[in-house]
Amino acid sequence: MGEYTIGRGNSTREIAAMTSTPSYMANYLPILIQFVLALALALGLIVASRLIGQRRPGKIKLSPYECGMTPKGDVRSGFAVKFYLVAIVFILFDIEAVFLLPWAVEFRRLRVLGLVEMIVYIAIVLAGFTYIWKRGVLDWNTPERNEPTLPPSVARTGNH
Amino acid sequence: MHPALFFIFGAIAVAGAVNLLVQRTPIFSALSLVAVMGALAVLYLLLGAEFIAFVQVLVYAGAIMVLFVFVIMLLNAQQPESSHRSRVARLVGIPVVVLLFMEVAGVFAATYSTTPVGFSGRIITVQAIGDALFHQYLLPFEVTSVLFLVGIIGAVMLAARQEPPQPPEGRLPRAQAAGHGGSGPTPEMAAALRQPARALGGVGASDAEPHAAGTEVKPR
Amino acid sequence: MPLGIFFLISLVKVVLTLAVLLTLVAYVQLAERRIVARIQRRVGPTRVGPSGFLQPAADTFKFILKEDITPTEAHPFLYVLAPVISVVLALTALSVVPIGGTFHLFGYPIQFQVTDINVGLLFVLGVTSLGVYGIVLAGWSSNSKYSFLGSLRGGSQMVSYELALGLALIGPIMLAGSLDLRQIVNAQNHIWYIVPEFVAFCIYLTAAFAETNRIPFDLPEAEGELGAGYHTEYSSMKFAMFFLAEYVNMITVSCIATIVFLGGWHGPMFGPALLRVFLPVIWFALKVAFFLFLYIWVRGTLPRFRYDQLMGFGWKFLVPLALANIVVTGAVLSFH
Repeated sequence: MGEYTIGRGNSTREIAAMTSTPSYMANYLPILIQFVLALALALGLIVASRLIGQRRPGKIKLSPYECGMTPKGDVRSGFAVKFYLVAIVFILFDIEAVFLLPWAVEFRRLRVLGLVEMIVYIAIVLAGFTYIWKRGVLDWNTPERNEPTLPPSVARTGNH
Repeated sequence: MHPALFFIFGAIAVAGAVNLLVQRTPIFSALSLVAVMGALAVLYLLLGAEFIAFVQVLVYAGAIMVLFVFVIMLLNAQQPESSHRSRVARLVGIPVVVLLFMEVAGVFAATYSTTPVGFSGRIITVQAIGDALFHQYLLPFEVTSVLFLVGIIGAVMLAARQEPPQPPEGRLPRAQAAGHGGSGPTPEMAAALRQPARALGGVGASDAEPHAAGTEVKPR
Repeated sequence: MPLGIFFLISLVKVVLTLAVLLTLVAYVQLAERRIVARIQRRVGPTRVGPSGFLQPAADTFKFILKEDITPTEAHPFLYVLAPVISVVLALTALSVVPIGGTFHLFGYPIQFQVTDINVGLLFVLGVTSLGVYGIVLAGWSSNSKYSFLGSLRGGSQMVSYELALGLALIGPIMLAGSLDLRQIVNAQNHIWYIVPEFVAFCIYLTAAFAETNRIPFDLPEAEGELGAGYHTEYSSMKFAMFFLAEYVNMITVSCIATIVFLGGWHGPMFGPALLRVFLPVIWFALKVAFFLFLYIWVRGTLPRFRYDQLMGFGWKFLVPLALANIVVTGAVLSFH
């Protein structure tokens, strides 16, 4: 599919020999080249703007943007535990998805057996999914049960 | 070419691991670990295990380390205060480490053979992995789902405790919260501040909802 | 093929790929401004060059000339590292994407693809899964509340939708029986997978929009609430780099959508041999252009989601639907 020739053609044997020579690891060489060139490009852009761009720093210019307010408090402090929970749940489901990959590739040979295996597997994981759903981990707009609490941005003010 | 690649990426892995231990800033330790994972992925690649190599990147670097970074952000982990180096730890620890190293070296020496483990020229295909996983290792595979179930429930139990609203594992910011003292805004002010955000669709509020979290500040 | 020639060919391919990508990003961005302007009954940039054609070049110069600001108390190293991570990963992910068939140039077989590996799809998924570091580190290192909130949202959103994205691809992989992008395209000889896997296609498309932080899922950079989100504090070329990464990621997910669901470079073939070499590439480009247009069209049409809706939609709707789709695909395939 999609094989056409410009210039001198080759016999099938020659072509087979040539297509097989870029060995297994050699196929990864271009990725390395692309990575290195992309890195060079990124660093080059940063250096270029450093060299060419103007530099007139000032105290107010360098202060963090806060819609004109004087920034208060430490930015990098604490956030809702939800974000952290989502990351944990994501890991577990991500591993499940990874197991699905070889299963999907192999599916045509596994047939019904594979289907049953995977349904059992998904069912057990889904039990956990139902649990986190019922516990409200996936709800992002539930009203706080323990009023009153402070939003972190407010809570942190005056901390430092 | 392969031995050279092995030594280059092996060295990167070891350097990353050493940097992980030496770094005082947690975020740099985490990033070093990401680098280690990447280097290990290349080593898997050199052994002909393409699938494992990229799964290593996808799961370890792309998921597990993201959680690590999130936790570092969650705890706002800065440079840890060095504990007073206990003399007992040093007296007991160093000999134990030496013993451990000797044991590992012994195992290596015993199993060392002249035929190097390396790329046998056989690429481990995804099909082969699927075949092994869904026939030969079917039971372990199914059991992992139970493991995930336990993991999910455990994570939610630990992190989303409803009463009393404690930071996860009770670790976070006792000290930080204490620092607020009476100088923080009153609950009424907080409620008032939250209202407009709610009215505008609750977007700001949902970011800021700290219900179970370490962001909680109990008025006192 | 000797290693030297292989290296040389690869180098040429990589340089071409990067050059085409950068140009493409520049003009996709111009097209976006023009099309969105049309949708909003404006004209858009038309002054620089004939009908605004040189606008991207002017923008690039402007980016370079602008002052590079590092806010106080920003983490000096991570602040620079974040845009570099974003750009490098975005550009590297495209190295395994095939855009056409194979042809023979002076006896050497050459593929329209930087490199052909056996697990190309997994490579793309793996590399894009690392993109979250760029966003999270950008927000965390810049010492600004808007950036921090933006990066938190971005991190959670990207991991959530990455899951739906990955699960949506399982169905087509079952049909093709391979993770090799070239084989996935060839397996669609008879029917494009958008037909049997239409549900998966919709899930993929939605998740792809969220994964690339585009409207209606651009909460990490919602300008109404967060300034500019995770890149609020970035200026000059560093800002441009986030911009570049976002658009390259759009191109990547569009390429994957084309390969997995729209039959890649398949299309009517006609004409002389030379045309037959490039016709598949043209079909591929047209399909990718369709997705890019869709991105712009959606941006001009839809309002932004609310954050709780966004997370709820991903986890409570897309993930279960994707799992159901896998089971249904499996059932149909095994009893067919």
